[in-house]
Amino acid sequence: MPEKTMRDAINEALHQEMAVDDTVFVIGEDVAGGNGSDGTVGCAGGVFGVTAGLYEKFGPLRCIDTPISESAIVGAAAGAALVGMRPVAEIMFSDFIGVCMDQIVNQMAKFRYMFGGKTRCPAVIRFACGAGFSAAAQHSQTMYQMMTAVPGLKVVIPSNAYDAKGLLLSAIRDDDPVLFFEPKALYQEACEVPDEPYTIPFGEAAMPREGDDVTVVAFGQMVGRAMAAIDGLEAQGISCDLVDPRTTSPLDSETILESVAATGRLVVVDESPPRCGLTADIAAMVSEKAFRSLQAPVKQVCAPHTPVPFSPDLEAEYVPSIDKIQAAIRETLQ
Amino acid sequence: MGLDKDGLLRAYRQMKTIREFEERTFTEIMNGQIAGFTHLYTGQEANAVGVCEHLSGNDTIISTHRGHGHCIARGADVKGMMAELWGAASGLCKGKGGSMHIADVDNGILGANGIVAGGPPISVGAALAAKIRGRDNVSVSFSGDGSVNQGTCFEAMNLAVVLKVPAIFVIENNYYSEHTSINYAVGCDDLKARTEGFGFPVFVADGADFFDVYRAAGEAIGHARAGNGPAGIFCEQGRFQGHFVGDPQGYRGEGELDNLRGERDCLQHFRARVGEYGDVSAEELDTIDAEVLSLIDEAVAEARTAPRPTAADLDSDVYINYAQGGA
Repeated sequence: MPEKTMRDAINEALHQEMAVDDTVFVIGEDVAGGNGSDGTVGCAGGVFGVTAGLYEKFGPLRCIDTPISESAIVGAAAGAALVGMRPVAEIMFSDFIGVCMDQIVNQMAKFRYMFGGKTRCPAVIRFACGAGFSAAAQHSQTMYQMMTAVPGLKVVIPSNAYDAKGLLLSAIRDDDPVLFFEPKALYQEACEVPDEPYTIPFGEAAMPREGDDVTVVAFGQMVGRAMAAIDGLEAQGISCDLVDPRTTSPLDSETILESVAATGRLVVVDESPPRCGLTADIAAMVSEKAFRSLQAPVKQVCAPHTPVPFSPDLEAEYVPSIDKIQAAIRETLQ
Repeated sequence: MGLDKDGLLRAYRQMKTIREFEERTFTEIMNGQIAGFTHLYTGQEANAVGVCEHLSGNDTIISTHRGHGHCIARGADVKGMMAELWGAASGLCKGKGGSMHIADVDNGILGANGIVAGGPPISVGAALAAKIRGRDNVSVSFSGDGSVNQGTCFEAMNLAVVLKVPAIFVIENNYYSEHTSINYAVGCDDLKARTEGFGFPVFVADGADFFDVYRAAGEAIGHARAGNGPAGIFCEQGRFQGHFVGDPQGYRGEGELDNLRGERDCLQHFRARVGEYGDVSAEELDTIDAEVLSLIDEAVAEARTAPRPTAADLDSDVYINYAQGGA
């Protein structure tokens, strides 16, 4: 099977779905690039190159460059979806949710409920998210933990190229609004990805490691790091389940609870700040539903309650490290 | 003019229906029958009807917090709307939306909207869909003089020009953003010129005059339908009620409300001037008045006894499919 990067896997999913469904179009800042210039239209394909080639293949009506107007981008996607299209909008960085939150949270998330279930809004909004590039406080946040709290939205966080392709195809075909968070540190990471289209259902966790001693739940960029942490502990005779929920809304709580029932110990890892986040949410869920299974306090491994720093030295301290994850696993075993 | 006798009678009926819906809603709120925050459109009926009489088929509108009039004008079921205000299970939105979220997407109503200027970006999306599909539909967003100071409104207007989509921006100037005058809240002296600065034509109408709104809307919608990109419609007309029901309206000048009701009533204006446009008698309009009143009575009577939603309805309609746990 061919190896592909996450960027190429997402790009392939977009090409394949646009080829079979003419209601699918992409819209965003520089998704083509070069419009109105003396240079080449289609030169950018998105700031990370994820939409490369779509303009050349599908033309200006299906690969639509916009001004820097995030509210208008999300609103346009929501409106087009209400009347039967399946837009895939790109918001360059998830931090920019800060300037289009109304359209996401008050509009697209709530149409179906406010309108008594008589409509659908099959829009996908893609975001690059997360730390790792010294992009500092306004270009490095995750934001997915905040969006997970909003009823009406589905939230997807792929942790590898294979999942990214299958989850994006599910997202585009889904009839509810989907926020699709792409950890930008993983765009260049490659794994085996089939050429043909396939889907991965929402609400079904992956279990990339299986073990007996501790359950580790990790999200997005942290899945690979947790995997490395777990592999590193194998020599010390410690084995762990690693649960990658892949979607945080809906959340596959069953897989987490089943694993905790077997191991009795839980470490939850995310690169978001700790308050009111995914790790706290899962810790609370497990303490409520599986308290008697627990043999040790739940450990949360998160970023600190600070903005994301610029300096590479500080950013390395900010994002949970393999060492910190290993320390947390060991602590639950003491 | 372009409206035959049936068209004139229909337009009058729509305006009268909005008027009586709003007047009755006011009464029922004062009687304690309707919960929540309600913003009435009384007095501005000619704006909505003058625009929506040009729409059909897959044309869409998106409305505002002051949305009852737009929804009725685009054809929403009046009884379903009244039941919605009552929070009944039989309401147009099953009692889950209420006054600020009345919608009927299948019939071109993308919803009233509780966020000022929440609608224009969404409307541009519906217009973009029409362009991608090669259809000649237009997408209308209603906004007040308050919403034109929101960034989302600017973003939507600019994007509509950039993408050259058939979006119609209806700006209804009722002179007040809640309790603050347009003289304070709009920093420039010429809002029409500011709007045209985005790069589309704006057609001005007297919102007390249905015939004038209908004319301006025809020009704007014709421009967009022909593939020339967005257009604006500016309607000037004060609201007869406060920003919300219960607003003490301390911002009004002396005699302002009396003057509005007495001198700038679009229904009175229609009756006085309809003879210039068609052979419509006062008796025919009287008949419509009586029919509308009885429709509103029926709507209220049905809403009062309509089935109520139950706890079982609370968590439905959030998602179409929300399987989890490997289900």
